[in-house]
Amino acid sequence: MELRQSILELIRKASTDLSQDVENAILNAFNKEKEGTPARSVFNTIIENIRMAREQSTPMCQDTGALIFYIDFPVGGTEKFYTEAIHEAAKEATRLQYLRPNAVDSITSKNSGNNIGINAPYIHFRQWNKDEVRIQLILKGGGSENVGSQYKLPNSALKAGRDLAGVRKVIIDAVLNAQGLGCAPGIIGVGIGGDRVTSYILSKEQFFRKIGQRNPNKLLAGLEIGLYNDLNKLGIGPMGFGGKTTVLDVFVNTQARHPASFFVAISYTCWAFRRKSMIIKKQEVIYD
Amino acid sequence: MIKLNIPISEEDIRKLKVGDEVFLSGIIVTARDQAHKLMVEEKPDFIRDFLNESVIYHCGPVVRKDKDGTWSFVSAGPTTSIREEPYQADVICEYHLRGVIGKGGMGEKTSQGLQKCGAVYFHAVGGAGTLIANSVKKVINVFKLDEFGSPEAFWVIEVKDFPLIVTMDSHGARLHKEILERTKKIAKEIS
Repeated sequence: MELRQSILELIRKASTDLSQDVENAILNAFNKEKEGTPARSVFNTIIENIRMAREQSTPMCQDTGALIFYIDFPVGGTEKFYTEAIHEAAKEATRLQYLRPNAVDSITSKNSGNNIGINAPYIHFRQWNKDEVRIQLILKGGGSENVGSQYKLPNSALKAGRDLAGVRKVIIDAVLNAQGLGCAPGIIGVGIGGDRVTSYILSKEQFFRKIGQRNPNKLLAGLEIGLYNDLNKLGIGPMGFGGKTTVLDVFVNTQARHPASFFVAISYTCWAFRRKSMIIKKQEVIYD
Repeated sequence: MIKLNIPISEEDIRKLKVGDEVFLSGIIVTARDQAHKLMVEEKPDFIRDFLNESVIYHCGPVVRKDKDGTWSFVSAGPTTSIREEPYQADVICEYHLRGVIGKGGMGEKTSQGLQKCGAVYFHAVGGAGTLIANSVKKVINVFKLDEFGSPEAFWVIEVKDFPLIVTMDSHGARLHKEILERTKKIAKEIS
């Protein structure tokens, strides 16, 4: 199959077919809520919507997000080759209503109508030693992106120092501030360390983990589990109506930092957690 | 579950309380950031009749144009409402709205507007784009499509049994504000 067609299918799947791990987490959350509560009613609507979107092959959420691609490609490939295929696929996906036109000129506020603009779609390229290509995609909605935040430790207002206890405090603060917005229950990606830019990059890369997949570092895995339990004690619930599930998972990772800097970037995605991945090996395409 | 039909009287809207679940039917209008700015700065009349005793929906839909030129909604969940906070109360009173549909709730100024002019804030389920599009039976008209682009245009639509929850009523109650106060205390305990 042509690369453009394979990427179009990746976009279609991301927009219309919620991954099984996320759907299962939502079903679990639904089962925890009592009959007759707004929380239960919201989860009911969400679950029905997930099934309808898959069946009708239409976007589960009308905000089909900003397109963010991560491409790992073998030596010998060119970025131009992949970029052109992505642009063609994005235009076609917009024409077929898998995507809403979401690329707006920042000066004129004019919508390009096809999801193509300066730096849109955004593509991260990484060359690797494998003899295969991996293309990962996140459709990142505007509402959830707007509640992401970056903290600089120490933070005296939150009494958060330069240690994991401090990291924990700023993550709790970010989730508290996101309530009502960003379409809870959310999934939280955290990047500790790096510079201003790379801390956000690391936080978003965590979104390619499966729900329940813990960081191999025991200390960070413990932090993830503790945060998952405590954040769900907040009682924010779906859509911020109150309820037992506020987050579906928390993914944390670290990288080196400058001695003078200690950034913690927190990215938030809504329950409509649209990320998909595909591998191309010897002309064969495998979707996750 | 309360069934509500547009046009809605002030008397009926004032009966609604936070937590009420509603199925809404009738002709409503989508409006987002550019539309709200326009309604406050220029007070256009082309949308006036559609808004009288009706409801604005904060939504930027995915739409399809069929071969015969008619439009339909493909995916149409709510967008974050708080961006319209500077404009909303003025729009409610100027155009005699009975409600606003969105997500995330709104602030003090909008709450005052709801109380003064007799309207409520309905919360739709964020992300439920396909399900809500299925309750949109017909696209009646569209305004400012070329100028604003499809997410920001005024789409006049007929809905049937649109599922909603009242989270701000015309008596000053606000669900998200109550939850915020409660969760702030818990956050202190777990930090």
